[in-house]
Amino acid sequence: MTTALNTLFITLEGARLNKEGERVVVTLHDEKKAEVPLRHLRSVVCLARAWMTPELLESCVEAGIHVSFFGMTGRFLARVEGLPGGNVLLRRAQFRAADDGARTLEIARAVVVGKLGNARQFLMHARRDAVEERKPVLEEAVRRLSGHLRALERAEDLEQVRGLEGIAARDYFEVFPSLLKGEARRFTFDGRNRRPPRDPLNALLSFGYALLAQDCAGALAGVGLDPAVGFLHEDRPGRLSLALDLMEELRAPVVDRLVFSLVNRGQLKPEDFKTEAAGGVLLRDEARKAFLVAYQSAKQVEVQHVFLGQQTSWGLVPHLQALLLARVLRGELDGYPPFAVR
Amino acid sequence: MKKVTVLVCYDVQVSDSDGPRRLRRIARACKDHGVRVQYSVFECVLEPKDWVVLRARLLAELDDSCDSLRFYFLSEDVAKKTEHHGARVPLDVEGPLIV
Repeated sequence: MTTALNTLFITLEGARLNKEGERVVVTLHDEKKAEVPLRHLRSVVCLARAWMTPELLESCVEAGIHVSFFGMTGRFLARVEGLPGGNVLLRRAQFRAADDGARTLEIARAVVVGKLGNARQFLMHARRDAVEERKPVLEEAVRRLSGHLRALERAEDLEQVRGLEGIAARDYFEVFPSLLKGEARRFTFDGRNRRPPRDPLNALLSFGYALLAQDCAGALAGVGLDPAVGFLHEDRPGRLSLALDLMEELRAPVVDRLVFSLVNRGQLKPEDFKTEAAGGVLLRDEARKAFLVAYQSAKQVEVQHVFLGQQTSWGLVPHLQALLLARVLRGELDGYPPFAVR
Repeated sequence: MKKVTVLVCYDVQVSDSDGPRRLRRIARACKDHGVRVQYSVFECVLEPKDWVVLRARLLAELDDSCDSLRFYFLSEDVAKKTEHHGARVPLDVEGPLIV
């Protein structure tokens, strides 16, 4: 079992990462900014243009530390890791399942059930705290998601599952403006958009999903699965389809919840964002840092894993789900049990 | 596996010819495994297997006749029970690592 090892985020433009002893040393313009023992790390995430010595890269690859690079918006650029870990038999089982229509349908369906179930749960929580006049809107969205969940059980092919997922996503995002409270109502939200995100809330969602996708990819690689071969998401060069599959059930309880708690508590304000000439919206440096701190802290929060019947932390959930998925692919479990928020 | 939290403190006699070398090597071993909180004091949060390695590395460097080395085994919630005043706030390797 993987322990909750930490992630080192680099946000300093032009930072230099090198190796001293068994440590990563981060310097900026010859000034030492941080020094972290390699054994405390699970991954290094560069969110600014940083450079890394070959010696450090070699040690990271050998120690199984994933190194990934993102653009300023949180757009994923590249990921460096050594040979795929784990078991070739497991990977073969994964590829066979991905080529098998019936098994693909079952796993994709389970993934979407997890996604809609947790989205529904998120809205139900919001409804409880909402002011009276907003309750009917949220109530209606919860009702619709329940309907889509029932329809999913009857879906006969992958196209129907994907279709239901799309409709449900639209119903879900439609009520996002109703989740804003007090001062946070200055944020506007007119549906989900990306590449580039065109408003602050979309910028936060994109950034959060990009981080979560990397955590999921790392968890999958950690159990020896290929993050690129998915079920709900079609194979596409450069896309981590299985990581996206695994992420579906965690979007609402991890990222969406975090985004709304930050804006509703006033920790992030519309002034914390800037608009580029092309219309893309970016987080300013301080806001990005605040988001990263909150994201990392959220991973420490304890949560009950209903299927496994044990207490864990949010940070370990992708790892546990990756293990369960591996068991399904090996034929040790009948169906994939998505992570369900209570 | 449950991690161990150890406070490592040392005194190395630097007046003899080999002293500075021992001091440097002991500090280096500590830096590889933990966080420097003061010049000769390190906090190390480690897997038991890593603790065995660090302990062996430190004892191998130590000159029993003139240096001293102390290990304090701490409870897990050491961060909550610690106050820091003044400069050189140490890095929290368990918390968010953002630079």
